[in-house]
Amino acid sequence: MPTTLTINGTSHQVDLPGNVPLLWVLRDALGLTGTKYGCGVAACGACTVQINGEATRSCQVLLEDVDGPVTTIEGLGTPDNLAAIQKAWVANQVAQCGYCQSGQIMQAASLLAEIPDPSDEEIDEAMAGNLCRCGTYPRIRAAIHDAANMIKTGA
Amino acid sequence: MGKLKTFTRRAFIVSSVAVTGGVAFGAYLMARTPDNPLAESPGALNPWVVINTDGITLVAPRAEMGQGVMTTLAALIAEELDVALEAVNVIHGPPAQAYFNSAAVAERHYSESQHQPSGFGAIMAQAFPKVISLQITGGSTSAIDAYSRMRLAGASARATLLQAAANQLGTGLDVLKTENGHVIAPDGTRIRYADLASAAADLEPAQAPRLKSPAEWRYIGKSQPRKDQAPKATGTAGFGIDVRLPGMRFASVRMTPRLGGEMISFDASNAETMDGVEKILNLGDGVAVVASNTWLAIEAVNAIDITWGKAPYPHENADIFEKISEAFDTDPNVTLREDGELATAPTSFEAEYRVPYLAHATMEPMNSTAVITDGTLEIWSPNQAPIMVRDRCAKLAGIDSDKVTVHTPFMGGGYGRRAMVDFAEIATRVAVQMPGIPVQTTWSREEDMRHDFYRPGAIARMRGHVEDGKITTLDGQMAAPSIMAQTMKLFTGFDLAPADPTLTEGAHDQPYAIPNHRVRGHSSDVAIPVGFWRSVGNSQNAFFYDSFVDELAHEASVDPLEFRLRHMRGEHAPSATVLETVRDMSGWTGKTPDGVGRGVAFCFSFGTAVAEVVEVQQDADGVIRLSDMWIAADLGLILDPLNVEAQLTGGAVFGLSAAIHGEITFADGMAEQENFPDYDALRMASTPRFHVELLQNMERMGGVGEPGTPPAAPALANALFDLTGQRARQLPLGSQFSFLT
Repeated sequence: MPTTLTINGTSHQVDLPGNVPLLWVLRDALGLTGTKYGCGVAACGACTVQINGEATRSCQVLLEDVDGPVTTIEGLGTPDNLAAIQKAWVANQVAQCGYCQSGQIMQAASLLAEIPDPSDEEIDEAMAGNLCRCGTYPRIRAAIHDAANMIKTGA
Repeated sequence: MGKLKTFTRRAFIVSSVAVTGGVAFGAYLMARTPDNPLAESPGALNPWVVINTDGITLVAPRAEMGQGVMTTLAALIAEELDVALEAVNVIHGPPAQAYFNSAAVAERHYSESQHQPSGFGAIMAQAFPKVISLQITGGSTSAIDAYSRMRLAGASARATLLQAAANQLGTGLDVLKTENGHVIAPDGTRIRYADLASAAADLEPAQAPRLKSPAEWRYIGKSQPRKDQAPKATGTAGFGIDVRLPGMRFASVRMTPRLGGEMISFDASNAETMDGVEKILNLGDGVAVVASNTWLAIEAVNAIDITWGKAPYPHENADIFEKISEAFDTDPNVTLREDGELATAPTSFEAEYRVPYLAHATMEPMNSTAVITDGTLEIWSPNQAPIMVRDRCAKLAGIDSDKVTVHTPFMGGGYGRRAMVDFAEIATRVAVQMPGIPVQTTWSREEDMRHDFYRPGAIARMRGHVEDGKITTLDGQMAAPSIMAQTMKLFTGFDLAPADPTLTEGAHDQPYAIPNHRVRGHSSDVAIPVGFWRSVGNSQNAFFYDSFVDELAHEASVDPLEFRLRHMRGEHAPSATVLETVRDMSGWTGKTPDGVGRGVAFCFSFGTAVAEVVEVQQDADGVIRLSDMWIAADLGLILDPLNVEAQLTGGAVFGLSAAIHGEITFADGMAEQENFPDYDALRMASTPRFHVELLQNMERMGGVGEPGTPPAAPALANALFDLTGQRARQLPLGSQFSFLT
């Protein structure tokens, strides 16, 4: 029996066994390839999406266990209509290879929803599960601070 | 990046600006007569610049793997073509000789009078990059190669457009000028480049166009907004793993984990019954599962019971290093520094150092997508060497190279891993068994980490002597498996035992004046696959050499930073200035309070001098945190400061990650580490604050993708010595010290 998922506000019917992780439902069944495979064991954060607004490693959530609306990187904004956090990412030229950045942004977006003006320590803690092999951490931190300001001032 | 197929075919008269490029590059014969691969594309003014109704397109000779190359190359074209940077679209070029990398063979030693390898092996080593690495993205060369050729390409295109305008208007060239994508006629009429491009494409490209003087530059030397930022912030940048084609199937593989060994037998009965598994393929030295999604393919391939044969190298880590150390008893493969009288020079101090094998661990696991249709192969492969992908995959598919179309999507990290093409070959072998069906073959993280071309494990034996506060003798021997020997065998089939400068680079080529100074490299034939890991030999040899210099400074009771300067000032002034800069930036006093340690390190690599200072702090529980890192670098010419800063700090994080966490060990012939929990890297909290200063005192332009990496490990080890009094002569440091993670 197909499973119904709400992703980025749109309802999708997925005809896959319930034990397929959400990551692969998104990437291979629905073509939402912005969410990345990095490790498959929740050790790198590249697959981070939001379920009910909470940052979640989609490689560890089975299709049958998805219990609320899913937001992926594609649901935040587009190149022509960037969300504030994405504007901050672009303005700080955060990405190098860019592969981990979808997950970084989804994690940071959850952080900002919970703590609108996080300290460096709060950023460190929230982002600890997100690996970046290019070493873009200083600019990720700067972008999160900038995004916090942009959201606060409505810029 | 898009596809070349958007160009329709049309007759087009070719000469080529590359002829000019060849003249500009002097000896590089490969540059002289490449055919224009875009010859039949309308508006192709040369192999790099296409102007038509779609706009202005740069056909980039290098791949984007995070180093910002698509923006830097576009800025060089825009500068000379006299158009806005935003107006230049960038696509990746097809495999073609015109896109060879001249800088891959360029000389980048700090001194003109350095030792060179000699003999047949050396000749082969020199010829090697020209033969196989023509279109390589690597070696910190992209910007150096592009600085000459992209500007020439842009200037030639502009000059040719001006000639077309002069012909059309019946005026002389001297009364025409260009501005922002237009030719301006004497009466002020503005003619769009796009309206001249068709006529210009029929003209002989300008052969010796004038290049702008630095005073006229509006892009070069200034930070530019990177073209890939918005796609990468929105999940819309297409990486190799994101390729989606109609009817595409998903595959995953398990190749022999005893690298180079055989597969004896396999039993796939567990996998065959899994719902959604479509095909199980015997690849001879491994198996593949084709399925309806990647996860299922990975699950199924892991469910196959496989019996593997023996590896062609010692199965246990201790025996591997024992074999590496045996190379010290053989004649050196290279002696690239030999000054003074080593036979009679006094030595009073010795130390032995050791580093492990390392994986690249790019965030995007290895993958490629291939389809074989009617005797042709089309492959989407995130790679650093498209000509090798084309030719080697053609052979596997049993077709000619001209029947292969290679697409190079964004790479989710390269660091040298994607200079090899095994992931493209395996995807091709899968596709061969699935004719007519596009198949994406993705390796699991575990498969990726256990099937790398690793940074070799290495051992160094160092001897030295100090007198009156200076080094009088430094005699270094490094033993490691030879990357060049393995790579040449892999790509030529011949066992050539070439002279391999990577055995000692980072040690034999450092700007220190020492009267008795020798560095020898010994090649070990351990058959574990090794390859090009960000900064290659410099990654281990800077740790060996700089750590030993630091030890000698303490032997001499001289401040380590001042000690380095004493040997450097008379040898290479720009390098000394780099060290002085990092001293001033960091407020280096040579003294640190209890609980704080500082270390300095220096390495000249890829034509760039880099000095780094690391500060570590220890809390009451003994946990060590990296608080700050200062980096000074002289690149000769800086094209884009913000991007250079990103490359240097990223390179340093890569080096620090390996120094603390990185270790691939072998047991029962297999790599023991297989995923990030046992092969971790720096995280947000464990990354120091960075302070970067860029200098431009050197005459030649240096690279930037790699030089930030080599000094990181010794700077940290030297800081730990300052903090604890404990000298680390082995990596990783995480097994000897307690770090914040």
